[in-house]
Amino acid sequence: MSIDIKGVSKSFGPFQALKDVSLSVGEAELVALLGPSGSGKTTLLRIIAGLDAPDTGTILLNGEDATNRGAGERGVGFVFQHYALFRHMTVLENIAFGLRVQPRQIRKSKSDIRDRVMTLLKLVQLDWVANRYPAQLSGGQRQRIALARALAVEPKVLLLDEPFGALDARVRRELRTWLRRLHDEINVSCVFVTHDQEEALEVSDRVAIMDAGRIEQVGTPQSVYDSPANPFVYSFLGNVNLFHGRVKEGKATIGDFEVDAPEHRNTSDSPAVGYSRPHEMEVSRDRNGNDSLSALILQIQAVGPNVKLRLKRTESEDILEAELTREKQRELDLKVGETIYVKPRLVRVFIADPSEGPLNYQI
Amino acid sequence: MEERRIRSRNDSGNVFIRWLLIGAALLFLALFLVTPLLTVFVEALDKGWEAYWAAIEEPDALSAIYLSLAAAAIAVPVNTLFGLAAAWSITKFDFFGKNILVTLLDIPFAVSPIISGLIFVLMFGAQGWIGPWLADHDIHIIFAVPGIILATMFVTVPFVARELIPHMQAQGREEEEAALVLGATGLQTFFRVTLPNIKWSLMYGVILCTARAMGEFGAVAVVSGHIRGQTNTIPLHVEILYNEYNFVGAFAVASLLTLMAIVTLAIKKFVEWKTSE
Repeated sequence: MSIDIKGVSKSFGPFQALKDVSLSVGEAELVALLGPSGSGKTTLLRIIAGLDAPDTGTILLNGEDATNRGAGERGVGFVFQHYALFRHMTVLENIAFGLRVQPRQIRKSKSDIRDRVMTLLKLVQLDWVANRYPAQLSGGQRQRIALARALAVEPKVLLLDEPFGALDARVRRELRTWLRRLHDEINVSCVFVTHDQEEALEVSDRVAIMDAGRIEQVGTPQSVYDSPANPFVYSFLGNVNLFHGRVKEGKATIGDFEVDAPEHRNTSDSPAVGYSRPHEMEVSRDRNGNDSLSALILQIQAVGPNVKLRLKRTESEDILEAELTREKQRELDLKVGETIYVKPRLVRVFIADPSEGPLNYQI
Repeated sequence: MEERRIRSRNDSGNVFIRWLLIGAALLFLALFLVTPLLTVFVEALDKGWEAYWAAIEEPDALSAIYLSLAAAAIAVPVNTLFGLAAAWSITKFDFFGKNILVTLLDIPFAVSPIISGLIFVLMFGAQGWIGPWLADHDIHIIFAVPGIILATMFVTVPFVARELIPHMQAQGREEEEAALVLGATGLQTFFRVTLPNIKWSLMYGVILCTARAMGEFGAVAVVSGHIRGQTNTIPLHVEILYNEYNFVGAFAVASLLTLMAIVTLAIKKFVEWKTSE
C-alpha cells in the first residue's frame, strides 16, 4: 500500500514539530526517516499511524484520504521504540491480541488464531518463548515479538519507531539485516525512523533526511550520500572536515588550493564552505605540489581496519580528521606530534549562507 | 589479639545501642499504639460478651452500622469510577486545564473536614443557596441520609485517583497506543490493557477509600444532625454513647471500626506485597 503525505504541519504548543512536510512511499518500499532528535521524524511516523493528528495537510493511504481515520482503521502495524508489549500477557497473548479484539463477524477461530501466532513466532525465530512474559525476554527478543504482534493483523504498512534504538551494537546489526530480509519476504511498505545514518543507508530503499521539522532531502542511500543537497545532509551522513573559502565563477579557493565547483558557475564572488570526508583526505609526509595543507598530528586511533588521525592545521588552528588504511599507516609510520601534509581528494563546495550564521554542523 | 579485643568492645557497644534504640521504639509503640488499641477491646468487653453484643445489637447501633455501610457502598463505587476516569484522562491525554484538575483533586485533602461539611450546609441547608427550593419540593439533604452520603463522597474523592495517577503516569501511554493501532476499541483497550496493569493500585485506592468512608467523622458530623436511628453513622454513634457515659456501648461499637482498620491494614499489606511482585 502506498503512502502519500501532503503538506503536513504539526505544532505542540509553541513548538512546531513539522513544517509543511510532503513525502511519498511506494508500494512495498522501505523508507528510512533519518534525522537528529527533535527533527520531527517520530511525529511524522505517529501521524501516518493515526496516533497523532496533523494540524494541516492530508495523509493518503493507497490513494484514499485517511487523515480522519482512527489508528485501528488504517491497516498499519506500528513497532514502538520501547516495544510497548503488554506486560501482563504472555508472548502468545501479545501476538494474538490484534486478532482477538476483532469484531466477532470477522474474528478467526481460536485454533486459527493459535496457528497464526505460531507461524509468526517461527517467522521471528522465537517459537520457543510462546508462554513467557515480556519481562523474561531480552531486548532483541522483545523487539522481534513486537514486530510479530504488529504483523499479526496483516498490516498493509509497517511503521517502526527507532526499532533498534535500545539494543546493543551487535544485536542491532543482526536485526537490521533481518528486517531487510523480512521486508523482502512479506512485501509490505515500511517506514522506519532512525537517528543512525549507517542503519538508514544500509537497510532502506530510500532515505528521507529530516531536520527541524522539514525534509531536507529524499533519495536512494547512494544518491544522498554522493550528492547531498545541502551542508546539513552532508554533515549528518558522516564525519566531515570543513574549509572556509570563496567561490568565483566555478572555481573555489580554499586556503592554498583551488578546486573546481562547476555547479557554482554562475556565482560571481561569494564566501563558500568546502566539505570533505575523513577518508577523502590524502595524507603524506612530503609536500607534493602547492595545494597541500600542513597539519600537526594530535591523536592516532586505530578503529577496526582503519586508522583515524586527528589533526590541527598549522595556519588556521582548525581541527581536521583524516582516515587511512592500516597498510598506509604501516608504510608511513606516523607519530603523534609530527607535522604532515594533507590534501582533500574530493571537496564539495556550498555557498555559505550568511543568514545561517556560523556553520557548525561538524559532528 | 589487641585488635580483636578492641573490635569486640566496639561490638558490645553497638549491641547495647542497638537494643536501646529497639527498646525505645517498642516502648513507644506499646504506649501510644498498642495500649490504646487494647483499651478499646478491654473496655468493650469490660462487662462481658453479653453486654458487648447487646451494645451492637441495639437498634440505634445497627442503624448506624447500616448507614455507614450504605454511605460507603455508594461513595466508594462512585469515587472509584470518578477516580478511574480522572486518572485515565489525566495520564493518557493532554488537554487544557489538566493541571487545574490535578490541583482540584486535592481540595478534600487540604480542606478541614468540618469545612467540607459546612459547604453542604451552606448550599443545601435551610438558609443555604438552594435550601428554600429544596424545602419547597420536600427534598431533604441536610440532617438526612443524602447529606451524609454527599459529605462522605466529597471527603473520599481523591483516594482512588491519587493512588492511580502516579502508577499510570509511570506506565506511559505506549501500551494503549499499541492496542489502538492493533484495532482494539477504547473499551477493549481499557479492559484488556489498562485495567490489568493497574488492578492492584486500584484495589489499594478502593481499600483506603472504604476505610475513610466508614471512619469519616468531621464532615458527616456537620451535616448529620445526630438523629438517632436515622442519621447516625458508626463514628457519630460512638461519640453519642460516650457522651452519655455508656462506655461499654461506645467501645463495643468503636471496636467494630478498629477491627475494620486492622483488616484493612492486613489487606493493604497483602496488596502492597502483590504490587511489588
